[in-house]
Amino acid sequence: MQNRDMDYLKARARQVREGIVRAIGVNNKGHLGGSMSSADLVTALYFYKMRHWPDDPSNPDRDRFIFSKGHSVLAQYAALALCGYFPLQALPSTKKLGSFLQGHPERDRTPGVEANTGSLGQGLSIGLGMALTGRLDSRDYRVYVILGDAELAEGQIWEAVTAAAFYRVANLVAIVDHNKLQATGVISEMYDVGEIGRKFAAFGWRVLETDGHDLASIADALDAADENTGQPVMILAHTVKGKGVSFAENEPSFHNGALTAEQYEQALGEIVSGWGEGNEK
Amino acid sequence: MDGVKEMKSKACPRETYGRALLKAAEEDRRIVALDADLSGSTMSCYVRRSYPARYFEMGIGEQNMVATAVGLALSGKIPFVHSFSMFVTGRAFEQVRQSVALPKANVKLVGSSYGFSDFGDGATHQTVEDVAIMRAIPNMTILSPMDPGEVEEAVRLARAIEGPVYLRISRSEMEFLPKEIPGKSMLEPSLMAKGEDITVFANGLMTAEALLARETLLEEGISARVVNVSCLKPLPKEMILRWTGDVEAVITIEEHSVIGGLGSAVLEATALEPKPTFVIGIDDAFGQSAWSHRELLEHYGLTAAAICRAARALLKRG
Ligand SMILES: Cc1ncc(C[n+]2csc(CCOP(=O)(O)OP(=O)(O)O)c2C)c(N)n1
Ligand SMILES: [Mg+2]
Repeated sequence: MQNRDMDYLKARARQVREGIVRAIGVNNKGHLGGSMSSADLVTALYFYKMRHWPDDPSNPDRDRFIFSKGHSVLAQYAALALCGYFPLQALPSTKKLGSFLQGHPERDRTPGVEANTGSLGQGLSIGLGMALTGRLDSRDYRVYVILGDAELAEGQIWEAVTAAAFYRVANLVAIVDHNKLQATGVISEMYDVGEIGRKFAAFGWRVLETDGHDLASIADALDAADENTGQPVMILAHTVKGKGVSFAENEPSFHNGALTAEQYEQALGEIVSGWGEGNEK
Repeated sequence: MDGVKEMKSKACPRETYGRALLKAAEEDRRIVALDADLSGSTMSCYVRRSYPARYFEMGIGEQNMVATAVGLALSGKIPFVHSFSMFVTGRAFEQVRQSVALPKANVKLVGSSYGFSDFGDGATHQTVEDVAIMRAIPNMTILSPMDPGEVEEAVRLARAIEGPVYLRISRSEMEFLPKEIPGKSMLEPSLMAKGEDITVFANGLMTAEALLARETLLEEGISARVVNVSCLKPLPKEMILRWTGDVEAVITIEEHSVIGGLGSAVLEATALEPKPTFVIGIDDAFGQSAWSHRELLEHYGLTAAAICRAARALLKRG
């Protein structure tokens, strides 16, 4: 899947963004901000880095992706649909009663989803368990976990950070979507966990940093994470919440906001993805 | 009641809650508020804005928040702790049990968006078991207001009670409901409407459903008494038996699992003087996403129609 064609990846990222907007629809609340801020990270994972087989989603050798900040799952749904795990046409049914696309990830319902997340703070521990299994079973898959920067306030995260370092799991990569916003406002004004990179490093992790919207830089960081130094890896990704939709960028009210019909059209207009074109792998 | 309030037939309970907490904070300097990045949803943001020094943003760390509140309480403050009901009762369960309830710490746990009222977010955010969890913990008082008037009363009561209180707040609008014979306070069940054949116990949004069902049943010649139970604990037996002795059958309805909530409490109370009883609630299942709260209530059978069906079946009519 290692396709370093940046035009291809950029086109994919636009399609993921369009998928997010279509999954939210009109007049229904949806987590636009966090989904958009993770969109390029998710694109790089599914279309560049990860080894995965959409027609064989439970292949034991697949790389695992866990969206610990589960509210941003719309980005994952879009990527999964674009990869062919399920039809693109399903995206607008997100959150509809009975839909296989729930407001937060559920592994029993959605092909390609690895864990049930949404209660923040638990995904890194689940990823650790999968990483330990990979080592135990001598499989070379890697486990990627995207965390929110405000999510890092959960104590369990730091229990997992400690445990992963203690067990020297080198096949576990945490990616922190550092958009500097929490649900209710700006982290630095509300509740700040402090210097994320230095904290992970002090806990024994190898720390990489990237612009979370520059696909080439994300790809470099993901490749650098492959090197086995006997440590887990954290990629600190600097992002903009709501990235790609001008009125939602850095706007806490679009953490989980509804789009009016005009905003919906404007968002699609700004993204210009050529939706549906070039879906061949 | 002031005139303005009487004119308004509906209100958003979390809005009412936020204003009531602000008023309490104005009156009592011991009151402090804590929230875990949901102050815009729980509406603790009113205290945050008006009394920034007495508001503690704890970030997304519910366990630390609850135990910090214990320290504040043990030092003479009256902390109101806020998050979604799922995270207050679930994530911080053991902090609630060990550090709040065991020493009877004066901590008020405010669980917002209980039941299916956070309809979009799905199973992880919807509580089906918060009352069951809290009811099993000794020393806990549980308040589940049926209307915005009771939300205000609950804040006053929570402040007056020395010790742990769990207060559930819905995200959906609620009607102001008149009481036929109010309990002394919302700590006692209230008679909402008289009836002779069957007693329906309800709380929260389900009380309005029970009153609707009562009208339908009346047309069919069934006289249903509606009793609202907003305080799920403590709930002395006599307060339930008072309303069950003279009827043929009993129905309970709640936006909660059939395991451990109002239905269980009523059955525990009537065990020695049993009546045929139908417990309506979420049938041991998790929630899921939907585009409206109403759709979920209908999908899980939490409606006036379900009460009518149960009444007909119990009384062997229709
Ligand atoms: C345990 C828990 N507490 C609270 C919430 C409610 N919640 C959902 S998203 C969110 C803010 C997340 O902020 P961050 O982790 O920075 O994610 P992002 O900014 O990328 O959306 C909150 C408080 C939750 N889902 N889980
Ligand atoms: Mg953030």
